[in-house]
Amino acid sequence: MPAEHLVKRFDDELEKLDASISEMGGLAESQLAMALAALRERNSETAERVMKADNRVDELDRAVQNQVIRLLALRQPMANDLRLIVTSIKIASALERIADYAKNVAKRSLQIQTLTTPPLALNGVDRLGRLVQGLLKDVLDALSSKDDARARAVWKRDADIDDVYHSLVRELLTYMMEDARTISACTQLMFMAKNIERIGDHATNIAELLLFRWTGEEVVEERPRGTS
Amino acid sequence: MNTIAMKPVSVTNDVMPSNRSPKVVSRGVKVFYGEKEALHGVDLDIHEREVTALIGPSGCGKSTFLRCMNRMNDVVEGCRIEGKIAIDGDDIYDKRIDVVQLRARVGMVFQKPNPFPKSIYENVAYGPRIHGIAQGKEELDEIVETSLNRAGLWNEVKDRLDKPGTGLSGGQQQRLCIARAIAVSPEVILMDEPCSALDPIATAKIEELIDELRENFTIVIVTHSMQQAARVSQRTAFFHLGDLVEVGDTSQIFTNPKEERTQAYITGRFG
Repeated sequence: MPAEHLVKRFDDELEKLDASISEMGGLAESQLAMALAALRERNSETAERVMKADNRVDELDRAVQNQVIRLLALRQPMANDLRLIVTSIKIASALERIADYAKNVAKRSLQIQTLTTPPLALNGVDRLGRLVQGLLKDVLDALSSKDDARARAVWKRDADIDDVYHSLVRELLTYMMEDARTISACTQLMFMAKNIERIGDHATNIAELLLFRWTGEEVVEERPRGTS
Repeated sequence: MNTIAMKPVSVTNDVMPSNRSPKVVSRGVKVFYGEKEALHGVDLDIHEREVTALIGPSGCGKSTFLRCMNRMNDVVEGCRIEGKIAIDGDDIYDKRIDVVQLRARVGMVFQKPNPFPKSIYENVAYGPRIHGIAQGKEELDEIVETSLNRAGLWNEVKDRLDKPGTGLSGGQQQRLCIARAIAVSPEVILMDEPCSALDPIATAKIEELIDELRENFTIVIVTHSMQQAARVSQRTAFFHLGDLVEVGDTSQIFTNPKEERTQAYITGRFG
């Protein structure tokens, strides 16, 4: 930002908004990491922790909403301030959704523990999860370092995730056809994969929002799609 | 290549795309007060039947520029103007131009409502009478009624047209001044902070009125309220230290200005 506002309180409020978003980003990231760990290690305790921690993310989402409403009403922001504030509310809801999906993955990881699960299928979901984790980390780094090149790179990478997701779905179908006893577990894994893929979409949305925030322009290029 | 196709967000919903021909063209307009150069060469087109807002911090030259358009600066001692301003192609600083006629073409509304110390009727009838616009009493009555109607004041004053204009509330007085300005059918109306002496309700009524008036008139408004500029205008020009820094569609200026100085001013980083 070029210089400080004449009204110091305005800057304080914007900093507070930034802090809430950063905290949400950090939480969403660790929620996803823990959910994947819970799945990998079959750890119920970790899964429970993910499910509990979701409350804090929801709370922050509401806090951001209230901060944004207050800023709009009191400061009538313009130009880059306006873009910062409006994108904050959308980034917050994206992060809230991401944490929700992580929670859902954690919940399903509990259910899968007692089921017959092909180890390779589990690995596949974990691999997709790590890819998405990297994407989320990059977009949050772009956010905190105001790095538009990084945000653009994230936007382009979503296609890779689509590819991995689609091949994983085909893989899971194969396991189910081979051995009907794995259907319950594979169905759960399928939902988890879908949730993780959605997290990637939200991370890409955040990248778009950041580009709009910094440039005032919207992405018109069609999002790169996976090959299938 | 790490690029993505992007385009500016367009939120222009209220600009009439059909009629964008410039009504007023100014080129290289400089204004001097004695030795001091107050405006450093302004090139600005005012589009027909649009509201153009002039914004900028105090002393930036926006009012000075506004006053050039109906030669109000002529009466300021030691004031000298260079450059060219043309309305529909007529150079308004040409020697053959009759300034009284010019001010009938280019009306003005001031910061503080300034009705004549006469009746409401006379306030509106005065202009058409001295310019010989009305043929008789009947026609004059009609002009008064139409003008007051257009200014959104008729219903409030129709039963007391013979009462003094100065007895109205501030907001009503300002609308009376607008009625007075439009009674001589001007082409351009200049408004110099028309709402700064009014309460929010009276301000809202004037803003509503400005929106209606732009169907028939070309309006240039100087305002200190950026929210007001954003609300009422289709184009916005930002002045700073005697320069026209940036002009563009209002939605663009307030969401995504191109110039650093514009951005800093409208976001409250200097002023």
